[in-house]
Amino acid sequence: MIKILTKIDGINNVIENNNLLEIEFEKNDIIKIFNELKDNTELNFNQLLDITAVDYPSREFRFDLIYILQSLTKNKKIILKTFIKLKENIESITKIHKSADWYERECYDLFGIEFINHPDLRRIMTDYNFEGYPLRKDFPLTGHTEVRYDDLEKKVIYEPVKLSQEFRNFDSESPWEGMENKLFGDEKSTGEN
Amino acid sequence: MKEVELNTTTINFGPQHPAAHGVLRLVVELEGEVVQRAEPHIGLLHRGTEKLIEYKTYLQAVPYFDRLDYVSPMCQEHAFALATENLLGINVPERAKYIRVIFAEITRILNHLLNIPAYAADIGAVTPFLWCFEEREKLLEFHEAVSGARFHAAYFRPGGVHQDMPEGMEEKLFDHFKTLPKFIDDLESLLTNNRILRQRSVDIGIISKSEAIEWGCSGPVLRSTGVAWDLRRSQPYDAYDQVDFEVPVGKKGDCFDRYLVRIEEMRQSISIINQCLNKIKPGPISIEDNKITPPKRNQMKKSMEALIHHFKLFTEGYRVPAGQVYSAVEAPKGEFGVYLVSDGSSKPYRCKIRAPGFAHLQTLDHLSKGHLMADIAAILGSLDIVFGEIDR
Repeated sequence: MIKILTKIDGINNVIENNNLLEIEFEKNDIIKIFNELKDNTELNFNQLLDITAVDYPSREFRFDLIYILQSLTKNKKIILKTFIKLKENIESITKIHKSADWYERECYDLFGIEFINHPDLRRIMTDYNFEGYPLRKDFPLTGHTEVRYDDLEKKVIYEPVKLSQEFRNFDSESPWEGMENKLFGDEKSTGEN
Repeated sequence: MKEVELNTTTINFGPQHPAAHGVLRLVVELEGEVVQRAEPHIGLLHRGTEKLIEYKTYLQAVPYFDRLDYVSPMCQEHAFALATENLLGINVPERAKYIRVIFAEITRILNHLLNIPAYAADIGAVTPFLWCFEEREKLLEFHEAVSGARFHAAYFRPGGVHQDMPEGMEEKLFDHFKTLPKFIDDLESLLTNNRILRQRSVDIGIISKSEAIEWGCSGPVLRSTGVAWDLRRSQPYDAYDQVDFEVPVGKKGDCFDRYLVRIEEMRQSISIINQCLNKIKPGPISIEDNKITPPKRNQMKKSMEALIHHFKLFTEGYRVPAGQVYSAVEAPKGEFGVYLVSDGSSKPYRCKIRAPGFAHLQTLDHLSKGHLMADIAAILGSLDIVFGEIDR
């Protein structure tokens, strides 16, 4: 199977890892590759299981776009991966796999990756009128807005997040060096007093 | 230009509706009582699980999986545990594998014991609901006996299971699963040949083989179309290659077939549990590497080493080698997968959860087109929708 896969135009790299094939491909050839993967009787990857992305803010090609395909006849799963820059878009594969519809919407909603020729590219997971892309690494875990029911206005209102306690992101990698603020009595250990 | 009068009504179904099985908002376009278009609006239960997991250690991420599909908690922990173990390159002991299979199957029965009566209630039968909840309660006691919690068990952990089954549990399970087949027969006597159930479910929401594959369906929805596809069989994990079971399939792929597949799956689960109980042997229940699983409580009282391991595990967690993996299990609703990316630290860099219900709900528009408004409740029920996993 690896031999057939490497022959397809646009596929760069095939790695076998625990009964799972990891493949890198050129994003411009996406339609051709997915058609070939589906129609080639030797491969027959007829089920699209998921589309997702991984954000690496420091890279020029910021996102890894991941497609997980399964062949029910060959009993095989593959992970296809391509790299995308910020504000770059990619062709939608909804014409090849119907299930791509919501998966691409989810990816657009949470990462802000646009899919060209998608029939209905709207947000899906987040609130109506939501701003920002929550799964990007630069989006804060606590978000930007919070909602509550206002008794005076008799409606649900949005306001900036107010935390009674700052979000505590412990640097648990080095528990002995993580503490910076001084506690009462610490001065005795340094001999300042 | 000739004016065309559109005679359609658009109505809003949910987000608070008992037949929506959670917080589903459905915008339905009707012509008379016939559905022209049904557009689900999801995300009302979106809690950002995937984002939260990026800020938690691998062990702390486990409880989030209970809270996804809250009627089949252990199967989802299973997927995460397998993914993490895959990245760590560890193999869990034999006994842990059997315990996991036993509880994954108990969870499957639990799930179907909720779905079937909920489906029946949607289309007019109330008694099965009361019967099944009693039976569920008995099974949840087994959950409680091993993990201390009825639902949010956090029992399957990377490296094995949290603790061994209490003494005498195997006999208790054995005795209980002697009585359960009788219950399933009784349940079937209420439902399978019931006229109302048949009228409301036969030929409703038909999905063909190729469409089911195309739409990414899995589990009972895919099997009801006649595709004998079960990850427990085709890509066995843990002890599933040690047990013998059958994969029930339907013929037409309508609501009734999905119901029948679930009934038969419960019988197969009982058989799997009985086989596991016969094969299970005493032994360790998690890998004995204190860099990954915590030391025993009594060791910690005596050994400094054990105490340090415990402290490091519950503050820093364990580091997982960099890499990516996709692990899937056959959850009661279908293929539940976890795509995990590690950057070598003690927290996952990215954890994508592939929920079967997400793909199934997507087909709703297709399934309900041309049916009556009342059939939407039947179709939703038969797809086994739980919003915890769809919205994540």
